Amino acid sequence: MNKKVNNVVEALNGVQDGMTLMLGGFGLCGIPENAISQLVKLQVSDLTCISNNAGIDDFGLGLLLKGKQIKKMIASYVGENNEFEKQMLSGELQVDLIPQGTLAELCRAAQSGFPAIYTPAGYGTEVAKGKETREFEGKMYVLEHAFKADFGFIKAWKGDTSGNLIFKGTARNFNPNMCGAAKITVVEVEELVQVGELDPNQIHIPGIFVQRIFQGTDYEKRIEQRTTIPKN
Amino acid sequence: MLDKTGIAKRIAKEVKDGYYVNLGIGIPTLVANFVREDIEVEFQSENGVLGMGPFPFEGEEDADIINAGKQTITTLDGASFFDSALSFSMIRGKHVDLTILGAMEVSQNGDIANWKIPGKMVKGMGGAMDLVASAENIIVAMMHTNKAGESKLLKKCSLPLTGVNCVKKIVTNLALLEITENGFKLLERAKGVSIDEIKAATEGNLIVEGDIPEMNI
Repeated sequence: MNKKVNNVVEALNGVQDGMTLMLGGFGLCGIPENAISQLVKLQVSDLTCISNNAGIDDFGLGLLLKGKQIKKMIASYVGENNEFEKQMLSGELQVDLIPQGTLAELCRAAQSGFPAIYTPAGYGTEVAKGKETREFEGKMYVLEHAFKADFGFIKAWKGDTSGNLIFKGTARNFNPNMCGAAKITVVEVEELVQVGELDPNQIHIPGIFVQRIFQGTDYEKRIEQRTTIPKN
Repeated sequence: MLDKTGIAKRIAKEVKDGYYVNLGIGIPTLVANFVREDIEVEFQSENGVLGMGPFPFEGEEDADIINAGKQTITTLDGASFFDSALSFSMIRGKHVDLTILGAMEVSQNGDIANWKIPGKMVKGMGGAMDLVASAENIIVAMMHTNKAGESKLLKKCSLPLTGVNCVKKIVTNLALLEITENGFKLLERAKGVSIDEIKAATEGNLIVEGDIPEMNI
């Protein structure tokens, strides 16, 4: 089934002010760079963004923060971003911090048709405030509701025109969990191939979870912490 | 008194053959350097890798292969990559044997605070709340007192909690302690540190029974 669109402009057709977006990535690793650039160009605003992190000042979701396009951020860790801090402290930006495993599972719940999940994470902390809790076999759990999003922006390594996807290294992170978790899943890939070229045994996410796929361009793939040992 | 490396060396002795281990950012990361070479251990990083290796050689770093601290890393033979949900299935499902993480405060009943200082920047909890809520075996690596000289081993945490009743052991620059029903049980002293010094630096209830040996690291 053909899911291919010609470019990022077609891929983001329909994105509007006030929408809720899911964006894959951990730090700057595996983020949908092309979709983010296009969101900046479209100047859509009042967005709610669900993503593990909020980028850095001049890259990733930091670019949307700079343009004050984000109204609310749902994330697990938002350090490394001065603009974020400024907007949060001034009250311009609403922030909902939730545990990383819960964030992943609430994407997966949306993908899988579960309305909510019970997780032990955050029980007894301010994260559980106002939420239903329940005991199972002597341990306490918090009820967390599946995400609802309009668009999911995913970055994969390889994909075919049917939307079958393969991820690389730790750039996989939240990307597979967000596929099919929003009304429309948009995937950008480093290498888009024809159907039949990928081995079905190697597919991480089947195309059924994908509505649009396009060949990405100009990936920067910035490294946040370049840690190496000297060659000698 | 131990430095950060000393704390990491002592914790490394708690890592046993066959363990899958999650290491937090900071002192815990150093633990990997001191694990005995004759045992098999795999390190998990919650962003989606099991079988983490050392940092890459200069010029060989790959932006697609990082750890939870966003540092470039390598993988060892037998490593695997996976998505975030599966990563936390390993943690929540108790498949990870040992979690080592830092803390700002620990209370005598095993509560831990390590993610937020009200009024200052809130960076978020990342995976810490999932880790402490599920891990059976949690060791905290931290300094015994904060920069102001105040105890970090308390009757009750003053900062927002990351998890409740979860910490099992603590290794500080002064001592190795175990959380028991009645408080912090002193198991070992750092070299040259007296019991009185540890008492003075511990606000929570400290249990001292019999001779307390010096750490052997």
